[in-house]
Amino acid sequence: MIFPKELKYTKEHEWAKVEDGTVRVGITDFAQKELGDIVYVELPEVGREVKRGEAFITVESVKAASDVYAPVSGKVLEVNRELEQHPEHVNEDPYGKGWMARLELSDPSELEALLSAEAYERLIGEAEAEGEG
Amino acid sequence: MTLKRTPLFDQHRKLGAKLVEFAGWAMPLQYTSILEEHKAVREGVGVFDVSHMGRLWLKGPQALDLLERLLPNDVSRLDVDQALYSPMCHEGGGTLDDLIVYRLPDGYLVVVNAANTQRDLEWMRKHAVHFDVELRDVTAEWAQLAVQGPKAEAALQKHVGANLAGVRYYRGVRTAYAGQPVLLTRTGYTGEDGFEVYGPPEAITQLWDELIRSGITPAGLGARDSLRFEASYPLYGHELDEQTTPVEAGLGWTVKEKPVDYIGKAVLLRQKRGEGVRKRLIGFRMREPGVPRQGYKLFLNGEAAGYVTSGMRAPTLGAFLGMGYVRGAAAPPPGTPLQVEIHAKRREAEVVKLPFYRGSLRT
Repeated sequence: MIFPKELKYTKEHEWAKVEDGTVRVGITDFAQKELGDIVYVELPEVGREVKRGEAFITVESVKAASDVYAPVSGKVLEVNRELEQHPEHVNEDPYGKGWMARLELSDPSELEALLSAEAYERLIGEAEAEGEG
Repeated sequence: MTLKRTPLFDQHRKLGAKLVEFAGWAMPLQYTSILEEHKAVREGVGVFDVSHMGRLWLKGPQALDLLERLLPNDVSRLDVDQALYSPMCHEGGGTLDDLIVYRLPDGYLVVVNAANTQRDLEWMRKHAVHFDVELRDVTAEWAQLAVQGPKAEAALQKHVGANLAGVRYYRGVRTAYAGQPVLLTRTGYTGEDGFEVYGPPEAITQLWDELIRSGITPAGLGARDSLRFEASYPLYGHELDEQTTPVEAGLGWTVKEKPVDYIGKAVLLRQKRGEGVRKRLIGFRMREPGVPRQGYKLFLNGEAAGYVTSGMRAPTLGAFLGMGYVRGAAAPPPGTPLQVEIHAKRREAEVVKLPFYRGSLRT
């Protein structure tokens, strides 16, 4: 599994990429593997204000619907419309073509609460060890 | 709780399956991808471990009489080596299970849903006291594979001696494999042509290994569900339950006017004449994107009208489809607009005919 160093992570398996005062959001490689084939991504409306921790995207896999939580608060600036036709991009390229939304960063201090790649990887390691126990 | 394992558990683990709990069993949900496994079965051939299904063996002078009392479908018309699909109902007509009965030379093999095996056994035992019949749970003594897909016959024929081309739909052939007796039947749950293979665990394990080695795609419960959904077969716990009769579920063809006073007969025959039907199973297609899931509400003309029993983005068809119940004696015809409440928002859909998809199956 891949966890790019330049990204920030949440315990709920979102990633966040800071780009000039905006934050691009998607789900991690671990999350896409756990969900299996993704068949639909319900994207938020552009312009919607979301709070950190708010469910603002729904990812539908063959078996179940899962919420994606906003890693930071802010306005939705852009969503990845490509996913409407190609939800499989989330499985194939979770950190690239599988991105979901771009948020305006309203409170940069919120970034401090996010996990580093190392911390997230540790968390996954613990979750997997528990799953095998 | 320790999960039960089928004889193929190690095979699944070696293949890297994602294992999940299903009805008390550790079962493969998928090996690589549900969509890939689905496609393999639609276009070629796949093999499923269905050893978790309950296998019950009935023999004795009154085995047929007991089955005729328990089941609305007509077991008496079965030839040796022929199979029959039937619901099993309580007195009120609600469905306790749906199952397959095979008539063999020395008895009947009844294959039931894994989740219902214990309850079915108790129900059948309770009624068996009035009959001269021996009833045994042989689930652990037999293993079971489903080899499914347009290329299933050709693929399986390379491994077994019996002539499969001569086996018609819902018929079987008893043969030997690896020196053990096995039963091959032209049945399945995918909408495709295919066979199910029953036999002792060692023989079935060897056959599984051979099939996998010859390149047949292993397919898990995820694909089994998506395939049955497109073919619009009911799944117990979704389209069928104790509050639902076979007539309401669109299985009126399994309810027979036979002379035997079978359990549920009065209610079922009345419903078959259109009396007392409380709801009808429908198929629908989303006009707006969204995945309908079990339990979501259905609306007709703005009024709450029923609920979703199964739904998904159908892999072969691409569309967002669902099955569900709408209240009333008559189903709204295809084309009728309806709404599905998905994530607190009502979305447009329309009634469509079932089944959604017809595969290579020729009945």
